[in-house]
Amino acid sequence: MHTTSLHIAFDVEQIRRHFPILNRLVKEKPLVYFDNAATSQKPIEVIEALSNYYKFYNANIHRGIHSLAEEATAAYEATRDTVQQFINAAHREEIIFTRGVTESINLVAYTWARTNLKAGDEIIITGMEHHSNIVPWQMIAEITGAKLKVIPVDDNGELIMEEFHKLLNEKTKLVSVVHASNSLGTINPVKEIIDASHKAGAMVMLDGAQSTVHLDIDVQELDCDFFAISSHKVYGPTGIGVLYGKKALLEAMPPFMGGGEMIKEVTFEKTTWNELPYKFEAGTPNIADTVAFKAAIDFLNKIGKKQIRHHEDELLQYATAELEAINGLRMIGKAKHKVSVASFIVEGVHPQDLGILLDNQGVAVRTGHHCTQPLMNRFGISGTVRASFAMYNTKDEIDVMIMALKKAIKLLR
Amino acid sequence: MTQIKTIQDTEEEIIDEFSLFDSWDEKYEYIIDMGKKLKPLEDEYKKEGNKIKGCQSTVWMVSEFKDGKVFYRAESDAVIVKGLVSMLIRVLSGHTPKEILDAKLEFIDKIGMKQHLAQTRSNGLLAMVKQMKLDASVYSAQQITKN
Repeated sequence: MHTTSLHIAFDVEQIRRHFPILNRLVKEKPLVYFDNAATSQKPIEVIEALSNYYKFYNANIHRGIHSLAEEATAAYEATRDTVQQFINAAHREEIIFTRGVTESINLVAYTWARTNLKAGDEIIITGMEHHSNIVPWQMIAEITGAKLKVIPVDDNGELIMEEFHKLLNEKTKLVSVVHASNSLGTINPVKEIIDASHKAGAMVMLDGAQSTVHLDIDVQELDCDFFAISSHKVYGPTGIGVLYGKKALLEAMPPFMGGGEMIKEVTFEKTTWNELPYKFEAGTPNIADTVAFKAAIDFLNKIGKKQIRHHEDELLQYATAELEAINGLRMIGKAKHKVSVASFIVEGVHPQDLGILLDNQGVAVRTGHHCTQPLMNRFGISGTVRASFAMYNTKDEIDVMIMALKKAIKLLR
Repeated sequence: MTQIKTIQDTEEEIIDEFSLFDSWDEKYEYIIDMGKKLKPLEDEYKKEGNKIKGCQSTVWMVSEFKDGKVFYRAESDAVIVKGLVSMLIRVLSGHTPKEILDAKLEFIDKIGMKQHLAQTRSNGLLAMVKQMKLDASVYSAQQITKN
């Protein structure tokens, strides 16, 4: 059978060669890196883009008229175009560079929410938010007198949507929701949330920290008002991220930080703001990491999210089955739709002890509350062990983790 | 008899014990064993005021000042931390505040457990050492005011 698509077979061994860190040893054992939901490793393409920037065209952007400044500006702005296409934003100026999801959320909190919310207004979040999508709203609620409402989570780790629809009312001004949970992997029904919120006259912000690397993101189709991305979870460098916002909203919002780049004209009497996106990018930005972020997206696009998703789903299913076969182990988060996150606890064993002993076998997992303490309280636990998979992980690595786990449990019980 | 042993002596003793192990597995096996053997703290002591909270695990610690010496007891909800805590107690408990405040606790590094004192682990062990020394300095101050 012939197919017309230019389908390149997904070859995990080939992919692994792009990630130099995967060759290293930890405690004399080959590294098994399952902490991808915290940060993903970087392909050589990204590492080289970063070092080439400093080697060949480091310059401050936008103002210079010399060649280096032009090259650096072009590379920086090329990332904006790439991100625009990556999430299918309607306009390039809707892409604001930030330090990451945390800053993106804070930007919306301190500009849009601070000017648009008043006492009695309501913000809806979910019971599975990362602290970064809880605390900024609490701070804004404190300032404005708005109230925070929380969509509860069921035993499987899914949002109780009937409760959401009940919470939504004319006082709701903003709904800020995690697209995919970092602790459980749950992919939330964001389209339903967005449509219902808009009907009620509320804006919607999505925390795309976990979803961007796994799911196809089309902000126009989603019709979300704001979307936040961290590059370092998408195979890119740390310290750079994106706030997507609908143009009309961004234009109406006051600036976040004052400084250079973000102004049109400054006098001591009055300063006028620069146009989008520069209004929100005060000071010399993180040029190098922004430039290298493009290399990450290009790499991801080249492999193809669809193929990666297929591979990661297989890993998740395999890991889940193997984990569930372990006596006394309980999966936390059994949603129907999940990104590749396997969170679990083992009866009578502290997650931290498991984390330390897995590290002894070269296996990097995350343990603890994953910055989602309210969610852990919901499940009546202090934390979990979390294994999260990326495009370069293999079934063999899962076998190593399962072996290490069994050994650890035997020792600890 | 055991009172003659200095903090340094006990540290050396532990370093010797760990020198028998070739692998990380064996080291941790030994620590886990010590953790399991640590006499549990009665529930009445496991209260908020005695909590030394780390990011992931919790340590409860109480101290007592008797005949010019400080005695510690502690427990944790994580076994490896409990094992490390039991070593700290073995080294520091039963010494004068001055001896405790002067202790450099180099054995932790020498047995390869320094990472547990690093900020990144946030497991309460670093906080535990600080609390042990803080208690010692409080007793030391009480001693001075009494005299």
